[in-house]
Amino acid sequence: MMTTRINPLLILFTILVYIFLTGPLIIVLGASVSDTTYLTFPPQGLTLRWFENIFEISAFRRTIVTSLELAILATGLALLIGIPAAYALNRYRIQLPTWLSTVFVLPILVPEIVLGFSLLKSVAVGASAPIFATLLIGHTLLVLPYCVRVISASLASFDFSIEEAAISLGSRPLKTFFTIVLPNVRSGVIAAFILAFITSINDVSTSLFLTGPGISTLPIQILAHVEQFFDPTIASVSVLLMFLTVAVMAIVERTLGLTFLAK
Amino acid sequence: MLKRYAGWWLAAPATLVVLVFLVLPVVATIGTTFGETAGIFAPYSSFFGSGFRRSVLWRTLEISLATTAISLIVGFLTAYVVSKSPGKLKSLLIIAAVFPLLTGVVVRSFAWLIILGKNGILNSFLIGIGVTSEPFAMLYTQGSVIVAMVYLFVPLMILTLVGVLENIPEDVVQASASLGATPAGTFRQVILPLAVPGLIVGAVLVFTGSFTSYATPQLLGGERQMVMGTLMYQRAMVSFDWVGASTIAAIMVVITVTVVLAMSRVARRLNPMAT
Repeated sequence: MMTTRINPLLILFTILVYIFLTGPLIIVLGASVSDTTYLTFPPQGLTLRWFENIFEISAFRRTIVTSLELAILATGLALLIGIPAAYALNRYRIQLPTWLSTVFVLPILVPEIVLGFSLLKSVAVGASAPIFATLLIGHTLLVLPYCVRVISASLASFDFSIEEAAISLGSRPLKTFFTIVLPNVRSGVIAAFILAFITSINDVSTSLFLTGPGISTLPIQILAHVEQFFDPTIASVSVLLMFLTVAVMAIVERTLGLTFLAK
Repeated sequence: MLKRYAGWWLAAPATLVVLVFLVLPVVATIGTTFGETAGIFAPYSSFFGSGFRRSVLWRTLEISLATTAISLIVGFLTAYVVSKSPGKLKSLLIIAAVFPLLTGVVVRSFAWLIILGKNGILNSFLIGIGVTSEPFAMLYTQGSVIVAMVYLFVPLMILTLVGVLENIPEDVVQASASLGATPAGTFRQVILPLAVPGLIVGAVLVFTGSFTSYATPQLLGGERQMVMGTLMYQRAMVSFDWVGASTIAAIMVVITVTVVLAMSRVARRLNPMAT
């Protein structure tokens, strides 16, 4: 085994890059517990009152609930339609035309902000759909590619002859899917769930045009709040969003290990 | 009969959702820009006829190209070190790159407001060490938007390129070394060319992401550094000029789709491992 020696300057550079990557997040964390009415770092004093303040502002209370509902529902819907699609793309590869898999790349290709605006025009205004339903459609489209791609990748290494064996031994196709296929791609489904959830809960561009005085999401509310007030509440809300991410990632780490995300 | 079309039936719901709620609305948005009574290309001639709007398009291109170039260099060098790190450290470095990626755009852009603000951390530091007595106006400049965008996209670039660099067979690198190439020579003549397709994929992700971004330029650039995304929002929701906003949307779609298609062709052609 030969190890390449790395230039010390390159190592120093990498250390600086990682300071650049983690520093800003530590600053937000510090600013959120500062006992001052303005944003500052290092924190002066230590308080959790800015976290209490989040829940005293009704707009934040409401948008946290909306964002969570939206992320769970959109992820669920995307899995519901994405798993059969991913299964079909692998199992019936010969039967289906090649352009079909391109369809599921389209939501990545179209800029999110354009998708949001088009949904506002065609669905919310054009078809006078309720705004929450339009948001849900937007988020489902946003996360669908993750679901189809990640689950497709796990199905690609699944040996479909196992499924055929079960069916030839008399198991019904639907039951076979749930007892044989799905357990084998469990890790892919969990990964898809997490990626989709995080994408949805942090989304700005798709939701931008689909929020208004009546309904909004947490990231959009944070954006609006920053423009009016520059107090540590914003930092504490940001930390809350970060903790949601950490919580979700901790669950993944325990079930799957994290390096799979780099693939 | 049912079995013959089983694949179609299973793929149908997701396909229909994409066609009905993504393709149709986006096509309709682009369609409205060609339906003006003033002439079929009227919205486009009014977009490109306005010096202000041209300058917004130009600025957006400048910001996204600068972001892409810087992210490529920073990401590639870092990914190289990460890919050569021993096992435990490597996973730690990958997790440290994944974490910011999973934190939202708003949070990560907001962090730079605290750093670059007039009474921000960087200004207090510079005044503290006596570099300046007056705070610099760093926010709402093109530079502040680029810094925050590089921050946003470097993790994505690192993760994309670590995967690519790890796929370069160790034999190739060893062959180069045993034939007398210096480490720097191997890097330039073997590793870099083999990484080109990955660099292109990363560049496309960063370019399209920064070209169509909204939150970062809105927070760090404000009105002064308007880009396509913020201009589109302003046209649609402040001026209620939906045709104008749709025109901007159409220009964004055309540019991103062109870049993606052109670059994926280039990537295929430049792949030295392709047979």
